[in-house]
Amino acid sequence: MAEKSEVVNFMDYKLTADKVNVWYGNFHALKDISMRIRPNTVTALIGPSGCGKSTFLRLLNRMNDYIEGFRMEGHILIDEKNIYAKRVRVEELRKEVGMVFQKPNPFPKSIYDNVVYGLTIRNVRDKKTLDEACENSLKQAALWDEVKDDLKKSALALSGGQQQRLCIARTLAVKPTIILMDEPASALDPISTAKIEELINELKKYYTIIIVTHNMQQAGRISDRTAFFYLGLLIEYDTTANIFTNPKEEKTQSYITGRFG
Amino acid sequence: MTLFYFEGLKIKEKIIESLLALCGGITVLTTLGILIVLLIESVLFFREVSVVEFVTDTQWTPLFADKHFGILPLVTGTLLTSLIAIIVALPIGLSIAVYLNEYAHPKFRLTIKPVLEILAAIPTVVYGFFALTVVTPALQNIFPSMSGFNALSPGLVMGIMIIPLISSLSEDALYAVPKSLREASYGLGSSRFQTSFKVLVPAASSGIIVSVILAISRAFGETMIVAIAAGQEPNLTFNPLVPIETITTYIVQVSMGDVAQGSLEFRTIFAAGMTLFIFTFILNTITARVKKRYYHKYE
Repeated sequence: MAEKSEVVNFMDYKLTADKVNVWYGNFHALKDISMRIRPNTVTALIGPSGCGKSTFLRLLNRMNDYIEGFRMEGHILIDEKNIYAKRVRVEELRKEVGMVFQKPNPFPKSIYDNVVYGLTIRNVRDKKTLDEACENSLKQAALWDEVKDDLKKSALALSGGQQQRLCIARTLAVKPTIILMDEPASALDPISTAKIEELINELKKYYTIIIVTHNMQQAGRISDRTAFFYLGLLIEYDTTANIFTNPKEEKTQSYITGRFG
Repeated sequence: MTLFYFEGLKIKEKIIESLLALCGGITVLTTLGILIVLLIESVLFFREVSVVEFVTDTQWTPLFADKHFGILPLVTGTLLTSLIAIIVALPIGLSIAVYLNEYAHPKFRLTIKPVLEILAAIPTVVYGFFALTVVTPALQNIFPSMSGFNALSPGLVMGIMIIPLISSLSEDALYAVPKSLREASYGLGSSRFQTSFKVLVPAASSGIIVSVILAISRAFGETMIVAIAAGQEPNLTFNPLVPIETITTYIVQVSMGDVAQGSLEFRTIFAAGMTLFIFTFILNTITARVKKRYYHKYE
């Protein structure tokens, strides 16, 4: 979907980053990042380690807030609301913007309790609501058929790939609109990875997905748009097809062909 | 020559090895020695007093003319003071652990931890006098009927004494919870409080249980505070306002008194000691079990 008109209608965008700068102490981690993301798309963030892609991802649900020496300038708007405004409650923001981490990190609780955790902390107590949320989320995460008979089993007894899908289900249960994924398949075997990728394709119908990945092929397979970060700069941001077949920047070209990184 | 040198080295190694083994052996032998003495004296005691009487009689008066050998008053005294101590120490100790782990600034944490551990370094005799001369009079303002010697005051003070045991070990257990669980919880929109009590504390529960059991063992074995402030009166009661006696204080009382060695009265302390040993042994076994489970979980 090419942008035809010059006039930008912000309503078209789920998320807008405007001249974002981040420092950790004296280290300038992100430099003047501006980026817009449409709803129901998958955006891949790529680049060598330390390029700032994870920092950028974690800005979107304010997970960097706890890091000592973290400082940010610029604006990030989600649904036209500045998420770094003073009145924003991070707990509410994170309901809207879910996150899946690199290594599967289920709680040492039952499968059921893992999925409904995000609801119980918001004081949802009704058994029927919780049961439904559990079933729907697990179905959406393509895990229901594998675990429906032992929801009371410890989540730690699942395989790595199942644990990661459980973590996705746990995120879906609170009904976010954006899902952030930080290398969600890097700790998994090829079959589990394929399942996660298939799932991302499915989920994009309902959610806006932003994914950090080190795997070029993966970015190529699953994303609509790709952003290439290098040394804290957003070097190039375009449709995935363009980035991989016809990059404008020499650095992008070198990176995707594996000359560095 | 080389061969000779090699032999010499081997002998030296052997000597060092034996010395190290001896050091380990001394602790094992001491433990065995204590156990054997406890057992022999207890057996001699139970030849004259039946086990049934020992565990069912409700009076403990071995030093009086009308002798009764029921251990129950001493056991309830020990349980009562320990229970009061743990009721004080568990919530406070755990709150401190959670605060230090999740809320406190790292610098504050580094300063406050050693300060807390000073609590554990105060001699127990000082705690005992603190209980008798400060806490008891203060409590008497609230409970005018309270006796000058009682279980409540030494129990409370003992609780303060074991706070660092719980807070320090629990904090270690909370600290050991993988960072990824914390992130998962925050990522779902939990507050710090929810993250602490719904994720971190359950995940660290085994370590916290171990800290509590160690604290209970410590309270069971505590002697000085109760000897000074609890009254040395065996009383089968769970009323914290009246004088009681614990197993440990009874042992002190007899050891320091003028009871003839080898007499039945003297042997009572071994029977009492055996009882205490059984209690702490059970607690230690539970600790070992829980620890084993704990290590399996994060492997």
